[in-house]
Amino acid sequence: MTRRQRRLALIGGALAVLTLAIALILNAMRDSIVFFSTPSEIATKNVVGKRFRLGGMVRPGSVVRGDHLQVRFEVTDGDRAVAVSYQGVLPDLFREGQGVVAEGKLDAAGVFAADTVLAKHDETYMPKEVADSLKQRGHWKDDYGKGSAAAAQGKP
Amino acid sequence: MIVEAGHFALILALALALIQSIVPLLGARLREPAVMNVALSTAPVQFAFVLFAFGALVSAHVTSDFSVVNVFENSHSLKPLLYKVTGVWGNHEGSMLLWVLILALFGALVALFGVNLPQTLRARVLAVQAWIASAFYLFILATSNPFLRFANAPLEGRDLNPVLQDIGLAVHPPMLYLGYVGFSISFSFAIAALIEGRTDAAWARWVRPWTLLAWLFLTAGIAMGSYWAYYELGWGGWWFWDPVENASLMPWLSGTALLHSAVVMEKRNALKIWTVLLAILTFSLSLLGTFLVRSGVLTSVHAFATDPTRGIFILAILAAFIGGGLTLFAWRAPALAQGGLFAPISREGALVLNNLFLTTACATVLVGTLYPLVLEVLTGDKISVGAPFFNLTFAPLFVPLLIAAPFGPLLAWKRGDVLAAAQRLIAAGVAALVALAIVMAWTRGGATLAPLAIALAVFVILGALTDLVEKAGVFRLRPSVSLRRAGGLPRSIWGTALAHAGLGVTLLGIVCETTWNSEKIASLKPNDSVIVGGYDVQLTGFTQRQGSNYREVIANFTVRLDGAEIATMTPSKRNFTARGSSTTEAALLSRGVSQLYISLGERNADGSIAARIYYKPLVLLIWLGAVVMVIGGALSLSDRRLRVGAPRPAKAGASLQAAE
Repeated sequence: MTRRQRRLALIGGALAVLTLAIALILNAMRDSIVFFSTPSEIATKNVVGKRFRLGGMVRPGSVVRGDHLQVRFEVTDGDRAVAVSYQGVLPDLFREGQGVVAEGKLDAAGVFAADTVLAKHDETYMPKEVADSLKQRGHWKDDYGKGSAAAAQGKP
Repeated sequence: MIVEAGHFALILALALALIQSIVPLLGARLREPAVMNVALSTAPVQFAFVLFAFGALVSAHVTSDFSVVNVFENSHSLKPLLYKVTGVWGNHEGSMLLWVLILALFGALVALFGVNLPQTLRARVLAVQAWIASAFYLFILATSNPFLRFANAPLEGRDLNPVLQDIGLAVHPPMLYLGYVGFSISFSFAIAALIEGRTDAAWARWVRPWTLLAWLFLTAGIAMGSYWAYYELGWGGWWFWDPVENASLMPWLSGTALLHSAVVMEKRNALKIWTVLLAILTFSLSLLGTFLVRSGVLTSVHAFATDPTRGIFILAILAAFIGGGLTLFAWRAPALAQGGLFAPISREGALVLNNLFLTTACATVLVGTLYPLVLEVLTGDKISVGAPFFNLTFAPLFVPLLIAAPFGPLLAWKRGDVLAAAQRLIAAGVAALVALAIVMAWTRGGATLAPLAIALAVFVILGALTDLVEKAGVFRLRPSVSLRRAGGLPRSIWGTALAHAGLGVTLLGIVCETTWNSEKIASLKPNDSVIVGGYDVQLTGFTQRQGSNYREVIANFTVRLDGAEIATMTPSKRNFTARGSSTTEAALLSRGVSQLYISLGERNADGSIAARIYYKPLVLLIWLGAVVMVIGGALSLSDRRLRVGAPRPAKAGASLQAAE
């Protein structure tokens, strides 16, 4: 094989693998990507039956525990609230008044059936999406994200 | 006092790094040994200064000096000593200091041990190393100074995030950084080679052990991080395709590719341009990883930093080094001489295939990691790209790689014979088919692809060992003879075989765990029991305990198999008073390489407690495979060939003088 042929074979092979990768990525993007919505966005969009992530604050006083680890709570962005049902063990940092992201589907009755609830493992943590949407709506308070950090840091 | 001295030492290190950035380059240009050798003294001294700065911060943490902001925010007087020390790098500022410490260490090592490197190359490598160091010293001093003090010292610290108070986290970041930063050496060598306008086998012989060393640490670091997430986060998952995990996986993938292409360059003097490019890309991905984790642009488990000024600073560093590196590459790469010829079917060809798939797989991870960021900037839509995406893109690209892995070492350099290699792999292939049949016959349920994946894992493991078995003549010669022959084989052959086999072991663990793991989530009262994976797990009661800086409630479980009591398991929930936060300590019971896993949820008013109980078959193989890979890499590193100094190139041509 000449150098030229060898190079052509190499480039051909590389292109083939690249094409394969692009095809795989496009295919995966079609059905494995999950959008993030806030309660207010749900009210305006038709999202029934579609899988998405719902983010907001757990409304204080809304958590109701049932049998067999059933939990119902409401997620709010300050303007609207959506009821969420979940069965399972909630993360350590799931608390009323704290940020939460739930993944699942909205059923016909308007209840969000979550199969995953994420509350990250840092008590000062506020999911970025939740923080953004709260800021946008003017419900952001500086002490949400930082917790006691901002207060305790003080002025040196 | 010592804190201020540490701060000052860091400033001095910056000054030295700035000198080292310029002077050796001038020396190399003027061919003035005395000027070039400035780097030989600045690099170790720079390391000494950073080491002192790091020591100062450690001592502030150990003595709980809460007048230092960094100590106040991340430490507590009651924290155990071990975590006082490891807490130093459990936060943004400290971990960046560790980053530059390791960077300076590598620079010093090149200066001290690079005795037989061509003088100009060494001077340029150290200068490039100093560019990186200067950028990061500036970053630390300007945006992330760990030595800031309060005017009025608080009495008590805010404690380290409890999930980070763990031995896994004590070792994981240094390992990962040794890997990330280790690739800076390959980068510096690549840039120096581009400035010189020449690369040769000696260059590759130098780059390979450094890359291998970095790769070893990165592999160990990733595996450790994965095991930490597995037992500490309490979800029983060991890989989440979290952006931060991807940030460490990407340099690993391209570093693995670099490792393989450097072999071709060393042995056959081919793929020069590609190897240089990979060296640049690998470190670029390490920098990208640092940016993703440290800038707070992604919020995830690891995101401790949320300050945007830091993000912009690191982004500038990133742009300068990646952009600069690639520009230099585009400009200078054509000057690098063409390498030797080889047929597509050959050892070189197989290694090119390996590189092709590894870099493409790396690219899909990059797309999946950055796509949400790009989309949010462009359209404002917020999306998450999770495991399903990567399972659909990364996995299919890895399968051909795994099938090809056993073939590579069996092909000859220059021109290979696939059929002959296939014949030698028949035993491994038959064993894989037998495994396939057994798995299909014995198991019910699970994904249809699982038995095929297990067959593939068996093929990879046995295929990797085939070369060893043949070379040692295990089935042909008397055991004593073949044992002696096996001992006499070059360690790099052992290294290759073990590293490839480790890949198969990890795959086996992944497939078994994901396909046949069983999970029970239940609300349990004392004396309730559940059956998981054939084990009868009974909650017997609760005990309270006071730890050094936490209180914990321990749930006692008795585990029975066929009626006989085999063990007790004690998962707990810890409540850390200083931060008012709690962590779940999962209990693990190893049965061979399988594990029983219990983690606790919240306690209900009626005295019951929520518990997640998993049985995870062969789960330990996931990390044991990584351990085997690391052992293989270490054996390869200890090979005589790599220890013998690279010969000095006969004579540098006069035409190279204008190489800048």
